Amino acid sequence: MGITMSENSSTVQRGSDQGSSEIRGSDRVKRGLAEMLKGGVIMDVVTAEQARIAEDAGAVAVMALERVPADIRSQGGVARMSDPDLIDSIIAEVSIPVMAKARIGHFVEAQVLQSLKVDYIDESEVLSPADYVNHIDKWKFQIPFVCGATNLGEALRRINEGAAMIRSKGEAGTGDVSEATKHIRTIKSEIAALTAKSSDELYVAAKELQAPYELVAEIARTGQLPVVLFTAGGVATPADAAMMMQLGADGVFVGSGIFKSGNPVARAAAIVKATTFYEDPDVIAEVSRGLGEAIVGINVADLPAPHRLAERGW
Amino acid sequence: MAGSGPLHTGSSSAGALPIGVLALQGDFREHLAVLGGLGADARSVRTPEQLASVRGLVIPGGESTVMDKLTRAFDLAEPLRDAITAGLPVYGTCAGLIMIADRIIDGGRDQQTLGGFDVTVRRNAFGSQTDSFETDLDVPELGDVPVHAAFIRAPVIEQAGPDVTTLASLDDGRVVAARQGNLLGTSFHPEMTGEHRFHELFLRMVAAA
Repeated sequence: MGITMSENSSTVQRGSDQGSSEIRGSDRVKRGLAEMLKGGVIMDVVTAEQARIAEDAGAVAVMALERVPADIRSQGGVARMSDPDLIDSIIAEVSIPVMAKARIGHFVEAQVLQSLKVDYIDESEVLSPADYVNHIDKWKFQIPFVCGATNLGEALRRINEGAAMIRSKGEAGTGDVSEATKHIRTIKSEIAALTAKSSDELYVAAKELQAPYELVAEIARTGQLPVVLFTAGGVATPADAAMMMQLGADGVFVGSGIFKSGNPVARAAAIVKATTFYEDPDVIAEVSRGLGEAIVGINVADLPAPHRLAERGW
Repeated sequence: MAGSGPLHTGSSSAGALPIGVLALQGDFREHLAVLGGLGADARSVRTPEQLASVRGLVIPGGESTVMDKLTRAFDLAEPLRDAITAGLPVYGTCAGLIMIADRIIDGGRDQQTLGGFDVTVRRNAFGSQTDSFETDLDVPELGDVPVHAAFIRAPVIEQAGPDVTTLASLDDGRVVAARQGNLLGTSFHPEMTGEHRFHELFLRMVAAA
């Protein structure tokens, strides 16, 4: 490889293997971990005990946070990055990847999470934004980021800032899957629309999407995002998860839907199975039996606009 | 071995080889694409019936603890073990390598493997994602051009039995690719870097099995 070691480069670090040309923090390595999570379920957990339950149920990764979105919603106040002790305890408990959330634009929270050696940072609208203009410049980090998006333009702006994975936002903490459906459908149909355009139409398409032309042209050519696309926000049942997969998601985040339900152990395992066998209604029926109460939830239509988390980020 | 041509250019008088990719979780689509591009009849495997229809199986990258749970929950673990014992060629990348290893270190709670590959594999041997990396590897079996390899929270082979042949090691000596009879394992992901020679080698193993 023609890559030389540079003391300043954030992408080439650590010298324990003297003289070797190991490259860390490259696009391929950052996006690659998301590739390995495909077909899996990432679960929100607020304690090491919940992280243990999630791993035992077959979670592909856990999201460490202090309050699940349903509680952030009901308790109000400013929601911030979790206490490092909590994150450490979760990292110590499980062997699967651990993600954690930083506030939109809060690059120092992201620096802290990188220092804690979480595996992925979620720059998340579920927390209170720290900057209403700028998102984090994610290229500066060796650790990969996942970001939320409600449409293709938003997804491409995040990728342009260095996001290595996208999740459609949905409406977190509601147990109402309708917004998740809307966002994954929107992203997928906007991608399909781009692939039908002639090359001379892509300049205006880029302007309308408010996204860089190069990324827009790439999507038009490949018909897919250059990073993995999960879905999130309101998934509460095995059937919800399978529907997201049938709509084209690469995998599913489940936040409040597991630990705010009647039987988290059974529900978590059932959602994992439904995500793998998303095209098999017999399996989905079987795993949906006897799960107890789902998250009670809130209808998104009943949420006044200021309480809609998906409208944070732009 | 290193000089023989890719399989898709010949020796397929009986049609394309049916090769399965275990499609429970992980980057199985990338493996299907590489195998299809090499002329194999690449198929997803999620059931014992699908497993019975293939002449070789790739176990992809992903989360090995999840693949372990799903193979057991959906009655695939025993058919997979039986197939490996009966000589089915299997290529495991990263999590797939863990799945075929006889012994693992730092596994998840109650984590089981299919076994067959007489190696001890350490899971997440390099640490968290900040220590994931790309590098060039010498793999003499595949010719003079180095293999560009991506290691994503990767395992390494810490110990290997007498019948295991090392194919590649890091500069510090840790083994990251090996073969034993019909079993092939790599710590890294050729399917992610446009590297097809391991899949070609595997297709030759299948054709010869």
